[in-house]
Amino acid sequence: MNLSGWRPRRPFISAVISAAGLALAVLAVMSGSGCEQKRNATGSGGGGGGTGTGGAPATGPILIGHYASMTGSEATFGQSTDQGIRLAIKERNAAVDAGTIKGRKIKLETLDDAGKPQDAGNAVTRLITQDKVTALLGEVASGLSMVGGQIAQQYTVPMISPSSTNPQVTQIGDMVFRVCFLDDFQGNVMARFAREELKAQKAAILFDQGQPYSKGLADYAEKSFKELGGTVVTRQAYGSSDPDVSAQLSTIKEAAPDVIFLPGYYTQAATIMRQARKLGITAAFVGGDGWDSDKLEEIGGDAVQGSYYSNHYSPEEDRAEVKNFVASYQAEFKVLPDGLAALGYDAANLLFAAMDKAPSLRGKDLAATLAAVKEFSGVTGTITIDPNRDASKSAVVVKVEHGRRVPVKRYAP
Amino acid sequence: MTKFVQVCLNGLTLGSLYALIALGYTLVYGVLRFINFAHSDVVTIGAWMAFVFAGILGWAGTDSPLIAMPVILMLSMAVCAALGFTIERLAYRPLRRAPRLNVLITAIGVSLLLQNAGQLKWIFGTQPQAMPKLLSEQALFTLAGVKVPVVDVVVVVLAFVLLVALQWLVFRTRLGQAMRAVSFDERTAALMGVNVDMVVSYTFMIGSALAAAGGMIYGLKYGSLLQSADSVWVLLGLKAFVAAVVGGIGNVRGAVAGAFLIAFIEMFGAAYRSPQMRDVYVFGILIAVLILKPGGLLGKATVEKV
Repeated sequence: MNLSGWRPRRPFISAVISAAGLALAVLAVMSGSGCEQKRNATGSGGGGGGTGTGGAPATGPILIGHYASMTGSEATFGQSTDQGIRLAIKERNAAVDAGTIKGRKIKLETLDDAGKPQDAGNAVTRLITQDKVTALLGEVASGLSMVGGQIAQQYTVPMISPSSTNPQVTQIGDMVFRVCFLDDFQGNVMARFAREELKAQKAAILFDQGQPYSKGLADYAEKSFKELGGTVVTRQAYGSSDPDVSAQLSTIKEAAPDVIFLPGYYTQAATIMRQARKLGITAAFVGGDGWDSDKLEEIGGDAVQGSYYSNHYSPEEDRAEVKNFVASYQAEFKVLPDGLAALGYDAANLLFAAMDKAPSLRGKDLAATLAAVKEFSGVTGTITIDPNRDASKSAVVVKVEHGRRVPVKRYAP
Repeated sequence: MTKFVQVCLNGLTLGSLYALIALGYTLVYGVLRFINFAHSDVVTIGAWMAFVFAGILGWAGTDSPLIAMPVILMLSMAVCAALGFTIERLAYRPLRRAPRLNVLITAIGVSLLLQNAGQLKWIFGTQPQAMPKLLSEQALFTLAGVKVPVVDVVVVVLAFVLLVALQWLVFRTRLGQAMRAVSFDERTAALMGVNVDMVVSYTFMIGSALAAAGGMIYGLKYGSLLQSADSVWVLLGLKAFVAAVVGGIGNVRGAVAGAFLIAFIEMFGAAYRSPQMRDVYVFGILIAVLILKPGGLLGKATVEKV
């Protein structure tokens, strides 16, 4: 029996094909966050197309731009970072009003990129050409920072990425900086922790093939783990739009690893850990800073308890900077700040310090001052900008424990 | 062996999910001859409604899943049925006599509307949310070394019950007879006294209610819901659509067969070949079927009998 007695007509088939093609095209555009920029750095002054910040007024508040994923599946990344930046600006403007700091006030313009490369490109272009910002902050995701960094470099506007850990980001050129550690260091920390503290001999790797961040971190963790005498028993990938990883997990279960490296972002990482526990996998999971969100525990529940991840800071660390920051952040936003909020705060403060010291606010001068920052003491540790415009700083491995992020071990650079 | 059984179980649950969604595409195509591209968004909204109702009812724990589950399922199916009815009434019915391309484009428009409306703060928002655990993830029994969780059993049983109910509805009731009559020849059916508008409305409501069940199953199975415009939903809808086409679009049993075929090939390919290529297997099958048997696996066989 058939619901319909229709006869297939040729036009229908072509309609199906064209419709499916159209849908695929839409999908390709939507899931494009995996786009990895491989273009070479344009070098200083490359292109000569930029007008810099010539149009910015010399008095009044300095305008800085922030592009971030305020919506989308990594929305907490953008929102946390933005809150961290806003707290830094509030404190700075209050200090200027009180006269404790000599300098100009700061105004922030935040644009949403929804976690998509094309939107990030549009946002950065708009911030530079229309709003004429003096400097840029953003993005969290390395794939998006690479898009924004290319444009910032082209217009010679300095950009500080608070938390993009992929090494390629600052290779774009002399205008792109970061205040977080790099994936090679972070991968090494994850591997060292698994090998030395968890005494793991066999590791499995499960990464997001659509994210340069995840793939890069997986590669570095694998390399370090092997160098430390461990063996990688299986290496599996999943897609950014694929909620179902049961096939990969079945393979991992068969390989019986002691530890599973899961360098993805929090939403999928939590879902994956739930599926893994459901399948009866008991090995410990070790992740990277992409896990750092309250949503990890909210979604993962019991499945994520006792997992470890390397991070920029833990709100439970016993340092004055951390305590002051956590207290004022909680007073302002009523939640515990995550690592991204702390990095946003540090990136903004580092930028303000450079602005006060720079001979002028022109892109080149500001970038030169940023490049010379040494031993800046931030919430996420002591930051020194190295010749590659990367931050040389330490990482901390934290344990997920019922709403707490217990700092287990800090690793020096 | 353990892995084989595990992959079969995964394929079975994923196939159940695809089947419920594929039926919505196939029912609408069967009756109206057009592809409702907003269907995957009805699935999204069904999943989110289950989340919303679970929150409102306060049955977020596993206290009484026997009551909470059916209530939440019924409520989200009812909301999606109403949504399906409204979409058809407002967006598609005015275009009933227009060229098919116009309706197809309208469907894409409705899809974008639902995706972006769902992102509004006072609807579902943009944050990913954790689906409340309605069912235990503990193993119900162990089969050949594979732990079979309660939630997987419920997913398969629920899908099976709904599929049997749909079979009964389409082939054993007056409404089903009317649906088949409209599908066979709309004008003649109208001349014979069938209320075509009503039949079309019912078709949309049934398809959307099944989509809501699929959305809820998705939430139970994966535990997290991404915002309504995320590509996860698009891909899910696209794969279910492929299942409907592979099975023979317009054919109810074909959609179910296609869904399980796609799910098993995807799962076995991912487990035994390369997980990176899982979507390639799915769309590879689509291309192969369109070249070799353009009417779909079950579609053409019946046509030849006519």
